[in-house]
Amino acid sequence: MQNQTATISASLQSATTPAILTENLCRYYQMGQTLIRAVDGISLSVSGGEFVALLGSSGSGKSSVLNLIAGLDRPTSGSVVVQGRDLAQLSREEIAKYRLRTVGMVFQSFNLIPSMTIAENVELPMRFAEVERGKRDSLAREALTWVGLQARMNHRPSELSGGEQQRAALARALINRPQVLLADEPTGNLDSHTGIEIMNMVRDFNQQLGMTVVMVTHERALAERYVQRLIFMADGKLIGEEINSATAAASVAAMNEGCDAQRRMS
Amino acid sequence: MKLPDLTELALRNLRESLLRNSLTTVGISVGVASLVAMLSLGIGLQQLASRRLMKSGLFDTVVVTSRRDLRNFGRDENTPASPPGESRILDEAARQEIERLPNVSEVYPDIRFPTTLLFDDKPHLTMVAALPMSAKSNDAFESLQGQFFSSDMAHEAVVQKAFAEELLGRTAKPGVDETNVKELAPPLLGKELTMRYAERENANGEENSANSIAAGAEQSPAGAAYSVVSREVKLKIVGVADLDPESMRGPTRARVFLPLRLAESLHIMQPTDLREISRAASEQPVYSSVSARVKNPAQIRTIEDAIKKMGFNTFSILDATRSLQQFFAVLDLFLGIFGSLALAVASIGIVNTLVMAILERRREIGIMKAIGASERDVEKLFFAEAGAMGILGGIVGVALGWAIGQVINAGTNVYLKRQALPPEHFWTVPLWLVGAAILFSFLVSLAAGLYPAGRAARLDPVQALRYE
Ligand SMILES: Nc1ncnc2c1ncn2[C@@H]1O[C@H](COP(=O)(O)OP(=O)(O)OP(=O)(O)O)[C@@H](O)[C@H]1O
Ligand SMILES: [Mg+2]
Repeated sequence: MQNQTATISASLQSATTPAILTENLCRYYQMGQTLIRAVDGISLSVSGGEFVALLGSSGSGKSSVLNLIAGLDRPTSGSVVVQGRDLAQLSREEIAKYRLRTVGMVFQSFNLIPSMTIAENVELPMRFAEVERGKRDSLAREALTWVGLQARMNHRPSELSGGEQQRAALARALINRPQVLLADEPTGNLDSHTGIEIMNMVRDFNQQLGMTVVMVTHERALAERYVQRLIFMADGKLIGEEINSATAAASVAAMNEGCDAQRRMS
Repeated sequence: MKLPDLTELALRNLRESLLRNSLTTVGISVGVASLVAMLSLGIGLQQLASRRLMKSGLFDTVVVTSRRDLRNFGRDENTPASPPGESRILDEAARQEIERLPNVSEVYPDIRFPTTLLFDDKPHLTMVAALPMSAKSNDAFESLQGQFFSSDMAHEAVVQKAFAEELLGRTAKPGVDETNVKELAPPLLGKELTMRYAERENANGEENSANSIAAGAEQSPAGAAYSVVSREVKLKIVGVADLDPESMRGPTRARVFLPLRLAESLHIMQPTDLREISRAASEQPVYSSVSARVKNPAQIRTIEDAIKKMGFNTFSILDATRSLQQFFAVLDLFLGIFGSLALAVASIGIVNTLVMAILERRREIGIMKAIGASERDVEKLFFAEAGAMGILGGIVGVALGWAIGQVINAGTNVYLKRQALPPEHFWTVPLWLVGAAILFSFLVSLAAGLYPAGRAARLDPVQALRYE
């Protein structure tokens, strides 16, 4: 009884406090004499279950922000708080665990390991999480069924089309049930039809599992079809944002639904 | 990451760049093989040497003599360390007492005497000695032509090669010192030798040997205690020994051997008997010296001490084995160092291969980190790859080292055969060396993986993923 109350209050909290919060986030690179301000004072808040897009021209610092949120990179200054945890406070071992369990990542170039089959790629995060083999196999099979790749699970990535590879990458990103999905131009290497297919899947996960999604993209049109909020960057700074009215109404319902889903899962 | 997963991933990665990793593994196995080859050669030589020494009967024998022996009679009297009260008569009771000591396998009297042997009616003067049946395993009889004595009482003789030459009227040609014993044996085997000897007979004793001929009786100078009777006995030549089993005896070494019990039953008069006259009062046989054979040469000192405490003089060649062991310890050390050098060179191959693998697998390492691998996971993976190469290389290397040993063994034996020498097995790979070599190879490989694994673990994932 007590347990249940605790879970409910936790998920309520996750709905009200932002899932991702960055404050005056900076990442500078020293290149000889010049200082490159790849990320220059970004303060950003993404609520739990929200689906946002980061837009901007090439070199504006979108990927850098995403890597900082993912804990792959450490900021020069400023802070990143995800699901109530300040990444600066975490040890390297804890950061690895955070990447393993709290966030999932998808990349433009899929980044599947070429020497492994699709099934092995998908179950790899569970190896790091020390999930036992039997459970790993069934979960990997299940995840590949979600993305419609059960027939291709014993193929190597090179034998799959770009869209199929990205679906496998999605399955891998979601296998440890992260609360946050970070996608860096997930449709960048795909034709528009396949891109839409991937986006539909991401939206489904966002709505059905209440997963927070931050997606970097160049394609404004595609973003407007799916995301609730568009954030614009230039030269490492935020230069504006737009609430997407077309999806905002749907998203409120989806968010509530997502909370329910999360409650059911936990 | 758990060990089975780690091993599986490591082996998969090794298979991925098969050629390079196999070449590295071959490098390790050559290193291990040379280590194994060197050490097993050292061990094999050591075993061969101690086996030879054991068989020679030099190192497992304690010669026991009475302290009243005339040769050091005067000295003994003056040495306070061995007061005369402690000295004892070396009789049958004493022999049995020594035989009962722990780790003593047998104690037999030394019977040796110079005499004349008739072959084809021609007399030959030589030293004759009695041997126990256990002497059959003596090294000198390894290439024996014919057979050893059929029993301890058989009227049979084994002759040494030099004496065989004399019997056949051959003289060793100068320059050619090796006469093939195989040529000497056939005309002699089965032939009869007639041995003349002097029997010591108690004054009231009766004739006891049916086939001996009483050739006259003489009174001994010591009086009526016993008489000496000249007799003859016929012996069949059953074997011709190639080597000299008595090389340690120097001028008193024998060239004809007969069974011990037979010699005892003949009551042969020995040169040393005169000294024991005064003590021949008892009914028991009295010996001038007996040989005690020890089960384990390591125990020889304690046994010698025990016999000394009983009141006898002892003699053994012990210190020779000591310095021999020392020599082999140093030899093994040096061979081991050279073998390890080869392995060290091979381990540089591991470092090289893994560093190359890091460059090649930058992206893969970045991906693994991005999806949640910790630095420890990456480090362990590279360690596992190094360790797997080490174990594989170790196994292949031990097999290779063993094969090299077999080839050298076979080659040497072909050479030995050409030299008309018996084959030898001087290459031994003991089981502990197999285990130790594989373990050593594993540990060296892990050490070699230390730097690459650390470097892979610290790789910046953002940098790694930026490269397309
Ligand atoms: N490791 C680095 N060293 C030096 N400069 C870097 C490094 N990483 C990124 N930068 C610079 O930081 C800036 C932002 O790069 P980032 O990859 O975040 O841009 P982006 O918005 O993702 O661009 P794109 O749309 O092309 O992917 C760029 O000018 C880039 O050159
Ligand atoms: Mg980018």
